[in-house]
Amino acid sequence: MKKFIGFVQKEFYHIFRDKRSLFILFGMPIAQILLFGFAISNEINNVDIAVLNKADDKNSIEIIENLQASKYFNVLEELQSEKEIEKAFQKGKIKAVVTFEKDFAKNLQRLQASKLQIITDATNPNIANTITNYINSILTKYSHISLKQNTSPELVGTESRMLFNPALESVYMFVPGVMTVILMLVSAMMTSISITREKEVGTMEILLVSPLKPITVIVGKVVPYIFLSIINATVIVLLSVFVFQMPIVGSLSWLALESILFIITSLSLGILISTLSSTQQTAMMISLMGLMLPTILLSGFIFPIESMPLPLQVISNIIPAKWFIIILKSIMLKGVGFGFFWKETLILLFMTFVFLSISIKKYKIRLA
Amino acid sequence: METTIKATNLTKSFGDFTAVDKLNFEVEKGEIFGFLGANGAGKTTAMKMLIGISKPSAGDAVVAGYQVSNQAELVKKNIGYMSQKFALYDDLNIKENIQFFGGIYGLDSKSIEVKYNRVVENLGLQDYAKQLVRSLPLGWKQKLAFSVALLHQPKIVFLDEPTGGVDPVTRRQFWELIYEAANQGTTIFVTTHYMDEAEYCDRISIMVEGEIKALDTPKVLKKEFGVSSLNDVFLKLAR
Repeated sequence: MKKFIGFVQKEFYHIFRDKRSLFILFGMPIAQILLFGFAISNEINNVDIAVLNKADDKNSIEIIENLQASKYFNVLEELQSEKEIEKAFQKGKIKAVVTFEKDFAKNLQRLQASKLQIITDATNPNIANTITNYINSILTKYSHISLKQNTSPELVGTESRMLFNPALESVYMFVPGVMTVILMLVSAMMTSISITREKEVGTMEILLVSPLKPITVIVGKVVPYIFLSIINATVIVLLSVFVFQMPIVGSLSWLALESILFIITSLSLGILISTLSSTQQTAMMISLMGLMLPTILLSGFIFPIESMPLPLQVISNIIPAKWFIIILKSIMLKGVGFGFFWKETLILLFMTFVFLSISIKKYKIRLA
Repeated sequence: METTIKATNLTKSFGDFTAVDKLNFEVEKGEIFGFLGANGAGKTTAMKMLIGISKPSAGDAVVAGYQVSNQAELVKKNIGYMSQKFALYDDLNIKENIQFFGGIYGLDSKSIEVKYNRVVENLGLQDYAKQLVRSLPLGWKQKLAFSVALLHQPKIVFLDEPTGGVDPVTRRQFWELIYEAANQGTTIFVTTHYMDEAEYCDRISIMVEGEIKALDTPKVLKKEFGVSSLNDVFLKLAR
């Protein structure tokens, strides 16, 4: 036990004396969460739009007023003809144009379909989609309130309710994602690098010749990163709660337990990577290309898994992050109990077991 | 004399390839034993078996009184090891390194303190004790690594090309440390590519293609092969 403590102490010396790893450990999580929180947002605010109102009647004017009154849109220009639409977009400021047909109000009164067109700048498809949705929801609201007496069947809007994230805040989306990515990065990449560093420098040989058991060496290397990852997870949760008002509906203790499980899964991946690579460079490349990219792209963090092509959907299943994100969302947003994420938990446990068994086997081969 | 290493038909094969083929030799207590051979002759593989990190495919060796085949843990406790790569932690200072390595060999903090003071004094490193090992010249690092390998007073020290890349003066000083340890009864098992260093050894063995082709004192070997230097003995055998 004393040997073990000495080992862990030595590991902390390594971490705290290496500015680079300190930065990755503590700078990165904070930078990432702030970046994602403030810069990369799917929400829209004060988007400049233009209108082409050929009707210029009561209803069309009211709709335009409604658009202007919402905090999402700013009606910048009133266009006079279709020809001006393209020009307006080319100037680049305007993201959408709403046009009303000539007999807009009359058609409404006569219970006929009245035509309104939304044209969006789809150079950024995500934003274009969001804008369309927002305008639609404003229209639906308007038709409910103002046209009660003569609601035309065509104008009956769909009412959608966004469960668990009523305001469609993107924070809710990215906090679980960023937390996953950071825990993965810290645990897997940092451990694999720190183990391969010992191999590269030659100290691993000395440790193997010493009476320390290989398992002590590995556990000793990993324990500091468990601590640091837990600190990181806590920092992320605190930041998201206090800076971004992210609610945590479910149980904190489950959140902690599942996070520790995921940290251990990532650590075992890190150990596996270190058995496969002999230099820090290789370990870093494998971690970055083989772990970080799939984790970001295929875990459902940024791109919904349901809309991926089938082969990618299948591949996404072997990515631990996917399951952890599901667990996190269940706990943080839905507030459901273990009954709802025991399957994902089992999958993570199984993955950890597989990673560790392969590592131990590889390790033994090397020693034999 | 007391025997500290005794190899009996020590063999290691990887598939069809026999890297080390039936080694038989003995090393006595306090002896400086040079273990020579061209690259790829099987030196490193043989050494790995002797220090307990690789299991023999056949045969066995008794090192410091324990069998490497099934008492590797006890072997490890009673030997010291220093490899050709410099093997202290660069980002720890001298004291922290000594505390760490003393600790993993199970020394208590009191005796670590005593040994630390002795090492620093012997090597004249008082002024550098708080500096990270990174900033020390290579020669000092090697000497320090050797002292660290001796911390737990092992019966045998294995040195794997300990003086690679070191200037002749420092090499000379390094060998003085080796002599000192040997005089105090520590057995030294050393591999090297420098033939002048081989001359310093009490006895040397030369491995060629997995087998020991020559084993005796440098003097006898030179006579036997009718040449004036160990270099020529080596070249004659290795060809």
